[in-house]
Amino acid sequence: MKQAKKLLGAFVLYSFFSTSWADTVFITLEKDNALAIVDGKAGKLIKTVKLGQRPRGIMLSADGSKLYVAASDDDTIQVIDSNSYSIVGELPSGEDPETFDLSPDGTRLYVSNEDDDLVTVIDTVNQKVVKEIAVGVEPEGIATSPDGKWVVNSSETTNMIHWIDTESLDIVENTLVDQRPRAVKFTADSKQLWVTSEVGGVLSVLDAKTQQAVKKLTFKIRGVTAEQIQPVGIAIDQAGRWGYVALGPANRVAVIDAKKLEIVDYLLVGQRVWNLAFSPDQSRLYTTNGVSNDVSIINTENHKVLKSVAVGRYPWGVAVK
Amino acid sequence: MKAAHYLRAMQGIIARELWRFLRQRERFIAALVRPLVWLFIFAAGFRAALGIAIIPPYETYIMYEVYITPGLIGMIQLFNGMQSSLSMVYDREMGSMRTLLVSPLPRWFLLTSKLLAGTAVSILQVYTFLLIAWFYDVEAPLAGYLTLLPALILSGLMLGALGMLLSSVIKQLENFAGVMNFVIFPMFFMSTALYPLWKIEESSELLFNLAQYNPFSQAVEFARFALYQQFNGEACLYTAAALVIFLSLAILGYNPSKGMMKRKGGG
Repeated sequence: MKQAKKLLGAFVLYSFFSTSWADTVFITLEKDNALAIVDGKAGKLIKTVKLGQRPRGIMLSADGSKLYVAASDDDTIQVIDSNSYSIVGELPSGEDPETFDLSPDGTRLYVSNEDDDLVTVIDTVNQKVVKEIAVGVEPEGIATSPDGKWVVNSSETTNMIHWIDTESLDIVENTLVDQRPRAVKFTADSKQLWVTSEVGGVLSVLDAKTQQAVKKLTFKIRGVTAEQIQPVGIAIDQAGRWGYVALGPANRVAVIDAKKLEIVDYLLVGQRVWNLAFSPDQSRLYTTNGVSNDVSIINTENHKVLKSVAVGRYPWGVAVK
Repeated sequence: MKAAHYLRAMQGIIARELWRFLRQRERFIAALVRPLVWLFIFAAGFRAALGIAIIPPYETYIMYEVYITPGLIGMIQLFNGMQSSLSMVYDREMGSMRTLLVSPLPRWFLLTSKLLAGTAVSILQVYTFLLIAWFYDVEAPLAGYLTLLPALILSGLMLGALGMLLSSVIKQLENFAGVMNFVIFPMFFMSTALYPLWKIEESSELLFNLAQYNPFSQAVEFARFALYQQFNGEACLYTAAALVIFLSLAILGYNPSKGMMKRKGGG
């Protein structure tokens, strides 16, 4: 009986905390020049805050207290307090920053500058540029490996992945991939790098040791033409069980068995699905749908789309606290 | 007359109808094949037709198969209602209707029992259809299948009452083809079963109004919301009102002294 009471107490506490900790989802609105804030559990838009021009890439700082947003047309990375939603600073990013990634310890920010064919390395503490690395034409996706060893960058026109050593900040290896590589993402164990090729319609899985492809996945959806299938954003869960790839104008998110590297399902979401982000407990996945102006919420336990929430014009990037 | 008499009569009528339905295996299969053909073949061609808008009770983008499933539930009940009316014409021609109507129980009670019997049959068909659709990835929340039941009872009764009303004015079995052309098809196609109202509005204002006030649309919408554990009060009220009107007219139609049977020379 005592044990039952304890269990009940624990359950009540758990339900209290699990319901009181709602996901706060931050979405950059490229056309509205704003940040949309959504309650992920309730699936409701809470607030919209004005930002710089053409905000795209977005990330939370390592401690979750700050948000970094690439205001592409203002040529800066804006720093936003993730509680008050007020702009508290700026980082020098170089021209037209689009996507970026933080080093695992949060002290460095790596930005791709699409127009200048550069990757800019910024010290987030001193707020200074550490180095500008010349890369291929139109750098796009950027990712740091969780073990802190690599920064990789994809260049859209050169169709290449550049492997940058984080100590020397030099390119040490290049891998040729399919046409127009967009997003890059490491698995949690840093052993694999997933790369999406937008025009090639392919997901390449590269071995981080050899920097070579171990598998290529091509997407096929009944009733959707191959041209419409343009893989972009990637999310891979912490356990390495499931991976997800946003398929752009195909309006689908592909569910991939990350162990077998096989596509298991396609989930219908809004139009031109672009970027993806997990909730902190990874039970939900949020997608930005650029043309239908909404965010779809996916239950990652049963792979069902729960809801789509209208957020504003051209939702682009997403981060969840 | 004691309540027990009423109950026994109702039981007899419902059991007879269910028994008849289960024994006619072809009818059971035919009743299932019709909506399944629509689901597997017709809907397959329009998979992405609705991929651009979210309409209540849905909270995200859905495939066309998911959209038309409540419409096909309505189709099952509509055909079943008409089939019951057909069987009533047949019963009348064969004389078994006379046996039923000479019972000492009030006529309205007998007719309502007959309606309930037809509805029970349609519900059996609907759940079998939903089970097959479930394997085809048309899934509603589990509790939705339960909340659907009251909606099915009401819509089944309403469509059955419409069938009964028609059977009171149809003289011969052969006239059933007319029912197909002038009742089933217009009711089904001029409704929200296959396309949402906003789609119909895009093409024609007149069609939009006709579809909106079509009792079949309201029954379909009531079931659509119920399947997703939501209550559509307006559709419920509209369906209930249609039931009262159709049933009253049907009872009147089956009254030998006042109804249409007298005018036609009886059953």
